[in-house]
Amino acid sequence: MDKRLRLALQAAGTVVAIGAIAIVPSVIELFGLMQLTLFAAMSVLALSLAFIWGYGGILSFGQTAFFGLGGYAYAIAAVNFQDSTPAILLAIAVPALFAAILGYFIFFGRISDVYLGVITLTVTLILFNSVNSTSGDAYKIGKALLGGFNGMPAVPTFNVPFDPSTVLSPEQSWWTTAYVLLGVFLLLRLLLALPAGRIIVAVRENEVRASLLGYDPRLVKCLTFILGGAIAGLAGALYVNWGAFVSPTIFSLSLSAEIIIWITVGGLGTLLGPIIGCVVIEYIVAYIGSQQLLNSNLVLGGVLVVFVLLLPKGIFPTVRDLVMRLIPDKKPKTNGRPVPSAAPHPAGAE
Amino acid sequence: MADIVPLLKAEHLTMRFGGVVANDDITFTLQEMELRCLIGPNGAGKSTFFKTLTGQLVPTSGTIAFRGMPIAGKASHEIARMGIGIKTQVPNVFNGLSVRENIWLAVRRKATPRQQGPAVDAVLEMIRLTDYADSIVATLSHGQRQWVEIGMVLAAEPELILLDEPAAGMTDEETFHTAAIIREINQTRAIVVVEHDMEFIKQIAKRVTVFHQGRVLVEDTVDKVLADQRVRDVYLGKKVAA
Repeated sequence: MDKRLRLALQAAGTVVAIGAIAIVPSVIELFGLMQLTLFAAMSVLALSLAFIWGYGGILSFGQTAFFGLGGYAYAIAAVNFQDSTPAILLAIAVPALFAAILGYFIFFGRISDVYLGVITLTVTLILFNSVNSTSGDAYKIGKALLGGFNGMPAVPTFNVPFDPSTVLSPEQSWWTTAYVLLGVFLLLRLLLALPAGRIIVAVRENEVRASLLGYDPRLVKCLTFILGGAIAGLAGALYVNWGAFVSPTIFSLSLSAEIIIWITVGGLGTLLGPIIGCVVIEYIVAYIGSQQLLNSNLVLGGVLVVFVLLLPKGIFPTVRDLVMRLIPDKKPKTNGRPVPSAAPHPAGAE
Repeated sequence: MADIVPLLKAEHLTMRFGGVVANDDITFTLQEMELRCLIGPNGAGKSTFFKTLTGQLVPTSGTIAFRGMPIAGKASHEIARMGIGIKTQVPNVFNGLSVRENIWLAVRRKATPRQQGPAVDAVLEMIRLTDYADSIVATLSHGQRQWVEIGMVLAAEPELILLDEPAAGMTDEETFHTAAIIREINQTRAIVVVEHDMEFIKQIAKRVTVFHQGRVLVEDTVDKVLADQRVRDVYLGKKVAA
């Protein structure tokens, strides 16, 4: 059966991913490993928007607001407690709470999609400017100096839970980050296969119909938004752990735009696509950064234009469709899938 | 014994859009298990009336009571949970999902997980889309999508069913099937149908309410309404005379 084959493929893919993550440090040198750790942290951020945009139909231009809040929450808590365990939990809880408050006003205030974009964008700018102007000794939370534009250097990195004296090595950091990415991916996969996930997709597909059946679209979207915020916050903690440093640029608009490009290139309405998009784009940006020939923003813009015009579905759905076409197919091509997938068009564009 | 509370009672319902009065002081009563048809020319306010009943619009003034409970101004999902289901004029379906998922989303609000599968199959059977259960709704014809929406309304098992032009875009045979389903559901539930197809109305109607320019023009049995000179003038015209 189609359903069982899919499930078997997913299980096999998960096993391969677990194995691959385990052996990476023994085949790649330290610099490459650090780069992969960064990509994995960014991929968690990509998943947060892939979920709320691709499945929830909520196009947030300010996913970095939650990413940055998570990063700062982690840094401030880690400096104060000198233990990463409560800091990581706060990096999830603080952005989730902020998303709950922001989401309440956006969704229960029945603000339309366009304004949702404007508000999330503006909130990101407000946070950037607020944190940017916290230079000086007056701005400290507990023992943590916020440091304004210069950010917070020497943030304690992850340690073994409840054991601050044992700090993770770069290899252990890679495993943690990569397994968190895999865990978030599987969690979202599971959620989308459950009734809750199908309701989220139903609200994206038709809010009027969902409410006429008795579902509250405001609540569904708000909860989706909160989960997205929590995941982005976790990504923020992973990012700060990678660099042991956080500065206001974590809130930057260019990063917010980059997440949208990752998803557009990788494939909106999928979970794997945005991870692929994130890694490919970040690799290209890092490569361009190491030489002087081209400006990376110029290349990013070019890549986006090429994809929107030539591969509007993104890398992953295009490859998947090609593979499906190559496999001899006995059944009609409109076979139902266990998990509802790609929107026929970007939902935010409505 | 207390007075019998009607299933639905709208009183002095008015809906204004700026200077346009879409519904003007409408008073409408529906008893339990009743089958009522609403007819009237385009722009008479039938769909607006349905939208105020289902919370898609908040009436400018007036009251609506569902089994005695006020519902005017409540959110759509709250009204839906109280037991009012609607098939809208423009099909509102989940285009990106399969037929089965569409029906399932309606079924699961009331059925336990174990009942859901059989309940979905029963509805698929009734709307004759069993063979298309796994098709994505967007790939279906307009008529089939109408069926998907009717199926969702039935699957949710509401106490009151509102159908806004259920037979639009259907073949004669499909229309006949729709009429049969409506009569069957009416054994246990109240239904209000908006339709322009007079043949269809004749197949199902008992009492008919005629809307005209936002007001109730006349309300009577189907034969008397079709014979009414005013109704002929404003709506039926040559359709019946011919």
